[in-house]
Amino acid sequence: MFLGLYNYWIAILLMMIGFYIVIAHANLVKKLVGLTIFQTSVFIFYISVGVVERGSAPILAAGVSDYSNPLPHVLILTAIVVGIATTALGLALVIRIKEAYGSVEENEIQKQDQLNEEQS
Amino acid sequence: MVIAIAIVRMTDLLAVVMLSGIYGLLSACFFVVLDAVDVAFTEASVGAGISGLLMLAAITMTGRKEAPKRHKPFLALFVVLVTGGMLIYGTMDMPYFGAADAPVHQHVAPRYIHDSMQEVGIPNIVTSVLGSYRAFDTLGEVAVIFTAGIGVLSLLRLPRLSKKPASNEATEAQMHERHMVVRIVSKTLIPFILLFALYVQFHGDFGPGGGFQAGVIFAAAIILYTMLFGLETAQKVFNPSLVQLLAAVGLLLYASVGVVSIINGANFLDYNVLADTSLDGQHIGILLIELGVGITVASVMLSIFFNFDARRQALHNNKKPKGEQDVSRTL
Repeated sequence: MFLGLYNYWIAILLMMIGFYIVIAHANLVKKLVGLTIFQTSVFIFYISVGVVERGSAPILAAGVSDYSNPLPHVLILTAIVVGIATTALGLALVIRIKEAYGSVEENEIQKQDQLNEEQS
Repeated sequence: MVIAIAIVRMTDLLAVVMLSGIYGLLSACFFVVLDAVDVAFTEASVGAGISGLLMLAAITMTGRKEAPKRHKPFLALFVVLVTGGMLIYGTMDMPYFGAADAPVHQHVAPRYIHDSMQEVGIPNIVTSVLGSYRAFDTLGEVAVIFTAGIGVLSLLRLPRLSKKPASNEATEAQMHERHMVVRIVSKTLIPFILLFALYVQFHGDFGPGGGFQAGVIFAAAIILYTMLFGLETAQKVFNPSLVQLLAAVGLLLYASVGVVSIINGANFLDYNVLADTSLDGQHIGILLIELGVGITVASVMLSIFFNFDARRQALHNNKKPKGEQDVSRTL
């Protein structure tokens, strides 16, 4: 009876995997990969909402009357490119953190911060 | 999904990055199945291409191994399970997959589908929504990309080097020998990739494609060249400051199309007044703004990659003693 909702469940499962990586892993690069998975799950959610049964891709053609909803496609296609731009920004931050702390593991960075605070 | 779980388990970040590339490609296929061809196009070029490259460039600088975990992440697992459970509970009264009478399909979508041919006059509805109905949103997105590019520049930019970094000719020649097949094959491929990018750029009205995808593909071709022939060779053709200037030019082109339509007595980004008939005006407007999007996306991606690569080289030149071969430079 609830089987028609499986598209949301796939998106949620992926989202939770991404979420798990973000909160459970200390490596900053891996966190960013997790964030990407999280992001993609949102994309999948939006795209699957726009699907119409027996619809076709939203490019007008003769003899086709049902189309998928084009609006989510527009939103997501720009979101993907924006996403990679922001991921690049995140990676740049990670690189700077590596240069400053010599590590990209969260707990080591925190340890160094505490040491600095005690010294000053 | 299996791949996503594998990503959780792996500690070797190189494998993680490879897997996330595969994940990107798979989700692109998934989008094709769901009729979202434009999105699939973007995801294939971004998810499987550029993001993998940037991640690779980053892990060469930050180290490949993830530290082993010291604590058992039961708390995290618990939080995730609870959140997931609540979200699934929340889906119980959502419309079924593919239902044509779902609320999303009742609002503006019918107008886009039925009237866009008369109002905008191009068959690809996604492009007409992107370029015409929601051009203001797209302008915002392009501005975000531009800003992110500036952010990366300000974080990674190196002080101008007075002397050339030590690039020894011997290593260079040796690399030529070693990767000959790869180099020759990609050298023949690159013009076609560039041509394809232009096709995607100007065919966006009729098929899947447009400025975003074309920009990414164009940048990917140049990045391929950079990886094989070195940063300096690539920067001789694509001067970094010129690329940065172009990023701004693209955004300005987009915005100035809007200003021109204001001057002609219409609203911002209302293309109907750009030519004698409103359909012609729409065509010109969409062509111009897609061009602006393409230029900005391509040059922001390029300058992001250039900066990553320059940073990496600087790091290697500092770390490695002289004479040692810098094999990872051309990766």
